[in-house]
Amino acid sequence: MHTLREGRLKTDMTTSVHRTQSSRQTPAPVLLAFALMIIWLVLPLVPIVVWSFAKRWFFPDLVPGEWSLQAWQYLFSPVSGLGKAISASLAIAIPVTLLSCCIGIPAGRALACYNFRGKRAVQLLVLAPVLVPGIAVITGLHGIMLNLELNNQLAGVIVAHLIPALPYMILVMASTFARFDTEFEAQARTLGANTFQVFTRVTLPAILPGIVIGALFTFLVSWSQYILTLIVGGGRVVTLPLLLFNFVSAGRNDVAGALGVIFILPGLIILIAVARFISGRSGIAELPSRL
Amino acid sequence: MPRLGRLRARKIRFQRLTPWLLLLPALIVIVPLFAGGLAAGLLRSFNYMPVIGLDSPNLAAYSALLRDDEFLPSLLLTTYIALTSTVIASLLALGAVLMIRRLNAGRSLINFLLQLNLTIPHLVGAVGIVYLFSQSGSFARLALHAGFINEPQQFPALIYDPAAIGIILVYVWKELPFIALILLASLQQGGEEFEAVARTLGASRWQVLRFVTLPNLLPALLASSMIVLAFTFGAYEIPALLGAYYPAPLPVLAYRKFTDVDLASRPEAIAISMIIAVLSLIFVLLYAHITRRQIEN
Repeated sequence: MHTLREGRLKTDMTTSVHRTQSSRQTPAPVLLAFALMIIWLVLPLVPIVVWSFAKRWFFPDLVPGEWSLQAWQYLFSPVSGLGKAISASLAIAIPVTLLSCCIGIPAGRALACYNFRGKRAVQLLVLAPVLVPGIAVITGLHGIMLNLELNNQLAGVIVAHLIPALPYMILVMASTFARFDTEFEAQARTLGANTFQVFTRVTLPAILPGIVIGALFTFLVSWSQYILTLIVGGGRVVTLPLLLFNFVSAGRNDVAGALGVIFILPGLIILIAVARFISGRSGIAELPSRL
Repeated sequence: MPRLGRLRARKIRFQRLTPWLLLLPALIVIVPLFAGGLAAGLLRSFNYMPVIGLDSPNLAAYSALLRDDEFLPSLLLTTYIALTSTVIASLLALGAVLMIRRLNAGRSLINFLLQLNLTIPHLVGAVGIVYLFSQSGSFARLALHAGFINEPQQFPALIYDPAAIGIILVYVWKELPFIALILLASLQQGGEEFEAVARTLGASRWQVLRFVTLPNLLPALLASSMIVLAFTFGAYEIPALLGAYYPAPLPVLAYRKFTDVDLASRPEAIAISMIIAVLSLIFVLLYAHITRRQIEN
């Protein structure tokens, strides 16, 4: 109760600071910087979208000479390879996400809720694969996967994608569990709940937002992977980013533009979905205390 | 009584095991794939592969790299790209965050755009930068209409160029939002009261910035810079798409040597990978060090 009141005082103070600041007009240079930043953030996306609807866009025309849906029609025809690429991307990203959830949730709990010898080393071991570039690991792993006959097929690419995806999920779950008070589980047990009930009625509702957000972003980690797929897939496994790279290299700007739009779509959808989830989070976070 | 003690001892021993049991599946995946991959690469780069009869490790791959005309220019280029991108992105992100804090409206728009940018793959950003900055891109077209140039070749080569401006532009575009979001999160976690206190104690706006806000942001800024450094040093697809052919940045050079028809250049490719691995692991350790100190404080 005491800490709660202190917290409220704190927010009162900061909001009052904001109020005195916002009572002043925003200075012109700040507004200019704001406008420039907005433009810079969306600018590279503009020609991608425009190219996807362009039929002829020769130099030095500022807008395409002729608009058309030709790139989109081509993409959705069987010859483009889009269907295969999307199913390959999904056939990799979905198993990667599911495996990462199953393995990552208990691991995240271990890192957040327990103190044990060697914890620091494990934390580093989980952090490193997220940050070390894929090419550094995969050139060495390639030989081992060759012996296991995992190269040039989906299974091998799934295994390779686990290198950045699983540790990412563990980190998200560790930060989720760090905000979860295990005392609630002990209380539920005292009230007679069994292990299964404790998990489904106390733990799971509390960590569900973290799981959903972690899973969606783990999906994106796999979805946008390039070099791991290229080396392990050996050209046989063509996911969406590989197809996009091919069209860009071939100079098909219109098709590359349309493909680029399709490629960023899941991220956009996930972002909008998660934003809602986060805004409703305070309510979800109260769930365990209602038991 | 002794039986109870034994039971308790067993229970405590089991509790000590619990975190390791929870971690076991993850370790079974990460250790062989990540640590195993790095270890296999290290051995291979020393030409040590007893399975195929190579049982005397040597430094042949590394010395071959040093004799290779492209390696040192490539290393320098990669270092230059990573440092320049990281410094520019960090400074711009810092400026952006200070700007965002002074906004009365539009914060949610900018927050959305920053987060949207996080979800966009680097490859798409690279494609967009090509369409904007190539010699037949949008800016070249605008320059022609404004009368600055008469033909596309007169527009400065910003893509596939030796100064790697196109690559740096992609990294700045992608990493600025990443760093800015980390800085905004670290500001939210506290520190605003300190600024208010400093103001009440009579500090000027500049003094608050210099002695409260910036020192407060520094650990988060350094930590996120380490992540960006590790990434920009080893990412493949951006330099592969936007880089000059010679010298190619290290990841591209590694891939080229790895897929060379001459299998003898494979140990060299793996040696380059090991150099990228060691450097990025150093950045990871620095990151861990900075964030740990931050938590302890």
